[in-house]
Amino acid sequence: MRVDPLGKLALGLGTGVAFGVLLQKGRVAKYDVIVDQLLLRDHTVAKVMGTAVMVGAAGVHALVQSGHAKLDVKPLKIGGIVGGAGLFGAGCALLGYCPGTTLAAVGEGRRDGIAGALGMLAGAGLFVRAYPRIKPLLDAGDYGKSTLPNATRTSPWPWIAAMAAAVALGTLVPNETPLKPRSLLDRFRRRGLEPSRS
Amino acid sequence: MKALEKSSWSPYAVGAGIGALSWFTFLSARKALGVTTAFEGTAATLARNIAPGITGVNEYLAVVEQAPKLDWETMLDAGIVLGSFLSAAASGDKSGPEVPQRWARRFGAAPSTRYAGAFLGGVAAMFGARMARGCTSGHGISGNLQLASSSLLFTPVMGLSAMLVARSLFGHGRRG
Repeated sequence: MRVDPLGKLALGLGTGVAFGVLLQKGRVAKYDVIVDQLLLRDHTVAKVMGTAVMVGAAGVHALVQSGHAKLDVKPLKIGGIVGGAGLFGAGCALLGYCPGTTLAAVGEGRRDGIAGALGMLAGAGLFVRAYPRIKPLLDAGDYGKSTLPNATRTSPWPWIAAMAAAVALGTLVPNETPLKPRSLLDRFRRRGLEPSRS
Repeated sequence: MKALEKSSWSPYAVGAGIGALSWFTFLSARKALGVTTAFEGTAATLARNIAPGITGVNEYLAVVEQAPKLDWETMLDAGIVLGSFLSAAASGDKSGPEVPQRWARRFGAAPSTRYAGAFLGGVAAMFGARMARGCTSGHGISGNLQLASSSLLFTPVMGLSAMLVARSLFGHGRRG
């Protein structure tokens, strides 16, 4: 097997450690936080991702425009993207983590994370087995390495400004959705503590 | 390192940190953060060394664009486990009940059922991620921050699918 030079491997490890610390401190390696996001009861995941995309976009586009970096985008292949995203989302809802946060859950010592990571390795094996046969399906509707700015012939900056506005608006939404007033009343009733209507 | 002893940071601080980390990966490795490509490479390498016949790995290697490699991204994945371990250890963040409450109410408190669910979910999530060539990291963060068309399509389809399945599994998320 081919192996990257040692320095590059060490760089990958260090970058991963930083990523792992951030995911763990962000509480996004926790089953409840992820599932509550999918049920729209906790918005931690959306806030982490939205901020990461906005901050990342501003810096990376500045680096690209000043000639210090090149974009590294995945091609738009409708078959693979739509089919894959649908299956991926369903799998994550059952798993309760996504691949990166599964690894972070393993680091946190969660055994369901270990089961999930083994499942992911098995899923990758199945993909290796299936790939030669499903490749034509995945490559259907190939638009190449397209980006929103080059597809619409616009500058990236208005889009990044729109992202920043969306993140700013998102700060108005609390991290956790409080219990609805009605269900709060239900709780009082259950305890025989219905507030009197004076 | 007082900050490491806290059990959680603000989601905005964490998001900004991940965003800044992606500047660093573009500068230092000319790559975007991604998690699942290395799983595919590892699976292919294992298949080739253990059972090349049954796994059909040679047909795969004949058509795949990049040969599997022990690379930056493989180590990135190992680093995520290590970093999360260090962070949890520094803060004494307990990992909570073995079987999450919401899961236990719906599927019972047996750990084996939860592990089976996590395993199957992992299989589906990884197969889907490799079909799309990216996951929440590769498309959701790295692709979107580059305004990649593929990622801007991936993200809403993923979100909708995940929300529909979560809802069908757990109802409308009432805690009581």
